[in-house]
Amino acid sequence: MEYFLELFLGGLTRGSIYALIALGYTMVYGIIQLINFAHGEIYMIGAFTALIVSGVLSMMGWPTLAILVIAAFVAVVYSAAYGYTVEKIAYKPLRQAPRLSALISAIGMSLFLQNYVLLAQTSDFLPYPGLIPDFQWLKPWEHVVRSTEVVIYLTTTTVMVLLTILIKFTKIGKAMRATAQDRAMAMLVGVDVNRVISMTFIVGSATAAIGGVLIASHIGQINFYIGFIAGIKAFVAAVLGGIGSIPGAVLGSLVLGWTESFFTGYISSDYEDVFAFIFLVLILIFRPAGILGRSESQKV
Amino acid sequence: MFNREEIKKSFLVSLWFMFLTFPIMVIRVNTIYNRVEWRWDRLLMIGIGSFLLSFVWRYFIKRKEAGIQKADAGDGNETPLVQRILTTPKIYYPSLAVIVALAVAFPFISSMYQTNIMTTALIYVMLGLGINIVVGLAGLLDLGYVAFYAVGAYAYALLNYHYQLSFWIVLPIGAALGALFGILLGFPVLRLRGDYLAIVTLGFGEIIRLVLENWNAFSFGPSGIANIPRPGFFGFKFSLPEVTIYIYFVMLVLVVFTIFVVNRLENSRIGRAWIALREDEVACQAMGIDKTRTKLTAFSLGATWAGMVGVVFAAKTTFINPASFTIWESIIILCVVVLGGMGSILGVILGALVLILLPEYLRAFSEYRMLIFGTMLVLMMVFRPGGIVTNVRRTYKFKAEDAG
Repeated sequence: MEYFLELFLGGLTRGSIYALIALGYTMVYGIIQLINFAHGEIYMIGAFTALIVSGVLSMMGWPTLAILVIAAFVAVVYSAAYGYTVEKIAYKPLRQAPRLSALISAIGMSLFLQNYVLLAQTSDFLPYPGLIPDFQWLKPWEHVVRSTEVVIYLTTTTVMVLLTILIKFTKIGKAMRATAQDRAMAMLVGVDVNRVISMTFIVGSATAAIGGVLIASHIGQINFYIGFIAGIKAFVAAVLGGIGSIPGAVLGSLVLGWTESFFTGYISSDYEDVFAFIFLVLILIFRPAGILGRSESQKV
Repeated sequence: MFNREEIKKSFLVSLWFMFLTFPIMVIRVNTIYNRVEWRWDRLLMIGIGSFLLSFVWRYFIKRKEAGIQKADAGDGNETPLVQRILTTPKIYYPSLAVIVALAVAFPFISSMYQTNIMTTALIYVMLGLGINIVVGLAGLLDLGYVAFYAVGAYAYALLNYHYQLSFWIVLPIGAALGALFGILLGFPVLRLRGDYLAIVTLGFGEIIRLVLENWNAFSFGPSGIANIPRPGFFGFKFSLPEVTIYIYFVMLVLVVFTIFVVNRLENSRIGRAWIALREDEVACQAMGIDKTRTKLTAFSLGATWAGMVGVVFAAKTTFINPASFTIWESIIILCVVVLGGMGSILGVILGALVLILLPEYLRAFSEYRMLIFGTMLVLMMVFRPGGIVTNVRRTYKFKAEDAG
């Protein structure tokens, strides 16, 4: 039973991180129907920025909590800035082009960002400072759940709530929903579509950066390549939940996190990544619209 | 062009990029020795570089927009230069003869090292022509193409290891296995559209690689298979320099064969069906084209060439392991097609030669290779989606006397 609980909580951790990344995918897809391949790279850049900032600050002798807050803040700002710039360079000129072109451009951007970090920083795995403090009240349950995991659950929940508020109740959220439904019509009623798209990239990248900081402190090491596989898995989660749907992305991420955790825990850990891909293929064959997605019939 | 407004804009762009690249380019933290390295010179380089590049960027964006307007106004009917060469027999046949003569003479006038590189380039030409069927003609973005290449390479390595089958026997087997795997992949993805298809094929490619890496009993795992024999010629064994030239010619013949078949395919009934499918799936079905069959033939005929060339790759390098077949290999093959021009055979050949030969001769830039490839994919899509040699669609023109 204890093993089960451990796997359950481990799956919840994975799922929460996937959810933070999957949100960016699903928001961008909802608005411009593009799989933003570079999204995983944005998450990696967030983690790297936090590592660099916390490294500099800890050498200056700042207190741990201040370092954590500042590093996370800078990571969010930078990831958002990268997301914004990537959209302006690689996707905006291709709004009217065939979707295949935008997708290839996104792949190119992902390749570029990976190698940019590789060349400017290093190809080695870098140890990540453990910034999140150990909670004393968690001592009795330490063998099943670590305090970083508790922080991950709390942060993810907070981000989800804030995001739901942003989309449901603010003006920009309304504009986002309008643009996702019908871009031309939104433009006609006076929505600044370019601004809405930029905003979507900024919000999506910022949540990915939070995911990057959390997972890096949880696992304890990063390199330039972490974005790729995390990006793919978050994409699987977004598709599983129904791409374009925000609650779907969260649900899909949790389902993927749990299945992966139980699979590796009870069956085999060699084929962990294979399993995620097979899962994706099966969903797309049997329920392409995902758990919460509506299936759309193609109009001619 | 260089008025105050523009300079101000570029200045802001350069400030933005200096801000953006600051932590990753300038600071390097060594957490083990507790040292921080500040590389301020890079910040200056980024500033100046982005200031200048933003002018170039805006110039090309303006040119592109002007081009679109011109095409809308209907002035876009000039035939491109390459197309004119191809359709003028007086220029076309002599230049073809020169190229053939050069290709045949190449291994005798250059070193073994260069012949080897040229063989690699020819391998990519063939891979490019194969993926061109799937991506260029049928419009199905396949990011797992390298899986079929791996199937061919492992087919030769394993069949030779267990049953001592020779190169020439495995070559058609590799092609057949490629086609078979093409169909196996094709079935589940039949219903998927563009971007989903890309992700599933990517997943398929990674599944094959991960299985090869983990299934030690079958594929010898990450350590790979060594001592794969080079091809012979009716039991005759070559020395190393001779076999290099021999493989070069084998590849050359295969490439010519591929060009011939792909060219015939493109203008056949099935080739037209692929192009129709790429342009509009629904309209294509309405015209009575069997979507299932057309997609499956595209996948299997595209994969055939990868399976075949995989056998040659295993025989050439004599050692294979799963690390040669990562997703990035698929993307390099995709780069070949995108740079050359999707759907255009000549373009694919040029694309492969440029992409494989340039990094070999510009060794100083070798670590920037993938960075440049990524940049190239973005820039090509933004500014010249048709590639170096844009494929010209077959059009019918009415002349004044015909009409009257």
